[in-house]
Amino acid sequence: MKNCEYQQIDPRALSVSPMSAQNRAEMKAQRSRRKWEVFPGKNRFFCDGRIIVARQSGVLPLTLGLIVVTCGLFFAFDCPFLVEHLTVFIPVIGGVLFLFAVISLLRTSFTDPGILPRATPEEAADIEKQIDTSGSSTYRPPPRTKEILINQQVVKLKYCFTCKMFRPPRTSHCSLCDNCVERFDHHCPWVGNCVGKRNYRFFYSFIISLSFLTSFIFGCVVTHITLRSQEGKSLIQAIQESPLVICFFSIWSILGLSGFHTYLVASNLTTNEDIKGSWSSKRCTEESGNPYSYNNIITNCCVTLCGPMPPSLIDRRGFVPLVEASPAASATEIELPPFLAKNDSNMCTRSTKDVLARMVHAFDSRGLCPPGTPKTTPVGVEVSSSPSAGCPLFSRSSRKRDSLHSSNPAFRLASPSPSLSRNTMILGEGPDVGFIPIP
Amino acid sequence: AFHNLQELRHSASLVTKVFVQRDYSEGTVCRFQTKFPSELDNRIERTLLEETVKTLNSYYVEAEKIGGQSYLEGCLACATAYIVFLCMETRYEKVLKKISGYIKEQNEKIYAPRGLLLTDPTDRGMRVTITNDLAQRTSSKSQGQPTTGHILVDTTLFVKAS
Repeated sequence: MKNCEYQQIDPRALSVSPMSAQNRAEMKAQRSRRKWEVFPGKNRFFCDGRIIVARQSGVLPLTLGLIVVTCGLFFAFDCPFLVEHLTVFIPVIGGVLFLFAVISLLRTSFTDPGILPRATPEEAADIEKQIDTSGSSTYRPPPRTKEILINQQVVKLKYCFTCKMFRPPRTSHCSLCDNCVERFDHHCPWVGNCVGKRNYRFFYSFIISLSFLTSFIFGCVVTHITLRSQEGKSLIQAIQESPLVICFFSIWSILGLSGFHTYLVASNLTTNEDIKGSWSSKRCTEESGNPYSYNNIITNCCVTLCGPMPPSLIDRRGFVPLVEASPAASATEIELPPFLAKNDSNMCTRSTKDVLARMVHAFDSRGLCPPGTPKTTPVGVEVSSSPSAGCPLFSRSSRKRDSLHSSNPAFRLASPSPSLSRNTMILGEGPDVGFIPIP
Repeated sequence: AFHNLQELRHSASLVTKVFVQRDYSEGTVCRFQTKFPSELDNRIERTLLEETVKTLNSYYVEAEKIGGQSYLEGCLACATAYIVFLCMETRYEKVLKKISGYIKEQNEKIYAPRGLLLTDPTDRGMRVTITNDLAQRTSSKSQGQPTTGHILVDTTLFVKAS
C-alpha cells in the first residue's frame, strides 16, 4: 500500500518551529544552497541551475543523434555531388536549417516550460481556510474544483493535491515531472521535457524547422538519385549512401505533427485541451467555445508565438533563504501524517532521514490512519527498514498512478488530478465531495 | 479543549500572512483581485490597498500587452533562433523591474509604517501577493510554547492536548 491519504496541513509547521539551540547552530553552519537544490519536482539541473531538464531525458539523445546522423550523411554523400551539379547554396541552406533545428531543440529541452512553484505552507493553509467555511469539527479535504468566469464563460479550476493550490486556467500537472506547468501542452519524450507556456514557441520552431530540414534533405536526396541514375551510375549504391530511408519515414510524422500544431496555434489551443475536448462543440453549449481564443487566426498565431516571454517563476539560481529555514524544515514536517504530530517536540532533534524512515515504517505497518486513533509513537523503528519501501511519501511516481494514467498526461482524459489515485479518506461525515477510494 | 474550528479561530491572536488572490476573469493574464481582505480591516485603509493592486494590475497589463513592440521582439527572436533572448532583456523583464521598484516604494511609504509588508508576486509564483506582518509576533513564542497565531486547519490535532 503506497502513500495513501490526503496530507493534512499541520498548523504547527506554519509557525516558527521550536528548535533546539543545536539545530540553530547547524542551520547557520550550513552553506547557503541554491533553490534548485531543494526543488521538489522531479527535474534535473545542470550548470548550477542554469539548465533544467525532466528527470528522464527520454529519447532526447536519440532525437539529437538522428538529426546529426541524417545531416551528416547528407553533407557527406549528397552535397559533394549536388554542389558540382547544381549550386553551392545547397549545403548552406542545409547547414542553416540544421543549426536552427538543433538550437530550437536544445532550447525546448533546457528551458523551464512554465513550472509553477508549489504553494508555501501558509498559502496552502489559507486556501483550505477559505474552503472550510462551515466550521465543522471534522476534517474534509478541499473540494476538487472551483468555478470561475473567464470572458463570461464558466471554467473549472482544479485543485492540485501535490502542489496544494488551485491550478490557474490552462495549467496542468505533469506526473512525469511532478510539477504544475502553465499552459501545459504535453510532455514530449523526444525533447525530454514538458512543453508549456515558456517553451512552446521553441518547440514549434523546432518542429517547423525540422519539417523544412527533412523535406529539404529528402528533396535533395531524390534529386541526387535521379541525377545519378540519369548519368548511368550505380543507383543502388547511391541509395545506400543517402539518408533516404530515415527521411522518408520521419518526414510524414514530422509533417503531420507540424500541421497539427499549426492548427493548435491558429486556434489558441493546447494539445491537452484538444485531446480532452475541453472546448469542443459537443461538450459545450451554443455560446461557449475556447475562451482564450481571439477568434482571428493571425492574432492567435501572433499571441502564441510572438507574445511576450514571461520569466521563469521558480528562480532556480536564487539562494534558499536561511532566515526562513523553518518553512524549509516545516516543508518536510508538512509531509508527515498527522499521527506523528504529537512527537514534534522530539522531532527537531532527530535528523530528517530518521524522521522519513519512521514515517515509512509507520506507513508500512499501519496503512491508513483512521481518525481519532491515539497518536502514539511508532515503536521499534529501524532506520534500515526504509530502503525497501524507499520513500513512498516522496516518490510521487507510484506505479499505481502510472497504471491508471498513461505516461503522457495529455491523455488523461476522464481522470482528474493524479492524486486521486491515492487512497483518500473522508474523515468524519463531511458532505460527499466525490472522492473515490481506490484500493 | 477546543471542539469547534470557529472557537479556535477567534482565539487566534493574529494571522501573519494575508493573501491577495489572482483574478482570472480576463483569462490567463496576470491580474489580482481588488477585493479587500477582511483581516486587514484595522490595519490599512481600503483605498490604499485597492490603489496598489490596481496599479500592479496595470503594470502587468503593460508587460503582457501584445502589440507592435512585442511582435517585433518575437519575430526578431524567432529569426535568430531565440539566441537573442540570452543576450537581451525582454520587455516583460523590464516591466518586472519597474514593478519591484514600485512595490519597494509602496512598502517604504505606506505599508511599513503600518507594520505590513507587500511581497512581490514574482517570488510567489504570480499567484498571490502577500501582506505580511513585519513584527512577526508569533516568533516570540517559538520556545516550546504552543503557538496560537497561525492559521488553523484541523481541530483533531488539538483535541489530544487536553
